[in-house]
Amino acid sequence: MKKVRTLVFSDLLTIWRNTGLEFSEIILAQEMMETGRDPVAVKRSLKYLMDVMLEEAQKNFGKPFKTLTGLTGNNAAKLCASKPRVLSEFNWVATVTALSMAESNAAMGRIVACPTAGSCGVMPAMLYALRNVKEADNEGLLKAFIVASGVGNVVAKKATLSGAAGGCQAEIGTATAMAAALMTYYFSHNPETVGHASALALKSLMGLVCDPVGGFVEVPCVKRNAIAVNVAIACAEMALAGIESVIPFDEVVEAMYHVGRSLPESLKETGLGGIAATRTAQKLVESIHKTLNSGSET
Amino acid sequence: MGLLEVAGPIMVGPSSSHTLGALKIARFAYKLMGIPEEVTFVLHGSFALTYKGHGTDRALLAGIVGLKPDDTRVKDAFAIAQSYGLKFNFEVSDLGEVHPNTVLVKAKRGNIYNEVRGSSVGGGAIKINQINGVDCDLTGEFPTLVILNRDLPGALRGILECITYNIANVYLRRVNALEGLALTIIELDSNIDDETLKKLRTNKYVLEIYNVKSEEGENLGIQ
Repeated sequence: MKKVRTLVFSDLLTIWRNTGLEFSEIILAQEMMETGRDPVAVKRSLKYLMDVMLEEAQKNFGKPFKTLTGLTGNNAAKLCASKPRVLSEFNWVATVTALSMAESNAAMGRIVACPTAGSCGVMPAMLYALRNVKEADNEGLLKAFIVASGVGNVVAKKATLSGAAGGCQAEIGTATAMAAALMTYYFSHNPETVGHASALALKSLMGLVCDPVGGFVEVPCVKRNAIAVNVAIACAEMALAGIESVIPFDEVVEAMYHVGRSLPESLKETGLGGIAATRTAQKLVESIHKTLNSGSET
Repeated sequence: MGLLEVAGPIMVGPSSSHTLGALKIARFAYKLMGIPEEVTFVLHGSFALTYKGHGTDRALLAGIVGLKPDDTRVKDAFAIAQSYGLKFNFEVSDLGEVHPNTVLVKAKRGNIYNEVRGSSVGGGAIKINQINGVDCDLTGEFPTLVILNRDLPGALRGILECITYNIANVYLRRVNALEGLALTIIELDSNIDDETLKKLRTNKYVLEIYNVKSEEGENLGIQ
């Protein structure tokens, strides 16, 4: 059978160096080669996904939510009501957005699973902060979003995006690498710089375990989204300053995959290890189950 | 998996496997037979343990009344189901050697009764692995015909002759030897037209036919 090799990030960089084409167009062309999808239609669909993220971020910014278990729901509202002491306006807006979207997700709100539901706060946080604080133009933002999706796609093909298969590093780690790519490409239009930013981000979250209390996507997931976008901002800022990742992005992805494989099952979305196994978590879960099972559902 | 699956889909939270996948399985049953009068969801494994905290119950009800995965009314599914007069029931049971996130949907309307068993296998992807007791392996992304037909020589040929579309998979099993009944599940690359459906409905071997259509962009929520 004829084997088609899927291109990794370094292959895309080589194409870019040889052709000088707009990097987001290279990613769309690669998608056409691999899936047969029309690049114009893919670009339009990606714009739709980006617009939904921005729309939901706007709608939910700093609002309180009633989540399914009640373990979270007021974090975005609290940070929104608090004047930041040291965080920049950009970081603050991004952090509030990440909390808002993650809490909206826990309250069965509409989200874009970019790349997953559990990590759905990171990308809209970066998009929203760029648009609202840096007045990013739509076309520039879309190109950067396509590049970020391309970075996520490399992880999906070479490793995994699933917390159950690879731990939180696969979900939040990938979201952070994508958000770092987004910010870096928006300001630099340089895919090599993007590679460094994404590698720095994924390395900094390497080994992160998936340990949701009771298995529910609330604790620690909601706040991890908020931390992650700040990691992404710092990594992008470093890469934009010319700081390079010693290890190239593709190899970091491979390393992340191997780490994920070697994590015990208790640390992969089973709710049995990490903070999910703490005494407080166990008590909370017991009382949540009591409430859920006694409450009327209507 | 491609760029759009990485950057999407649009859905309601909180979990792609416990909410989105569950909704898609129930929605397959809805597309099969419309909104039933009575439905029982038999929850297995991880679904059985955490279905309330993940909103799996609401997602299943949303799916069975035809809501799409990105519909913001999914969280109000209990009220919506009641407004349709739907009688619903959740049961917890061991369904045997199946994926941990598996649900069996038993749906009834008048004298029509169907069972759909599906597993949510991660990232919102599903496998419909049994329809009315017949094993199959459907992703739910392609149009599917479910046909109750006479268990006679030439029946399969007679059915397939009506279909000029490319067929991806066929599953066939005798379901009742005494009454001479077989179930045929046909997964297609594209939706069939009304003319083909009419031909199948009037085919001498066909007793019941369910046409599960696929809709543009329904899996990603992109309009």
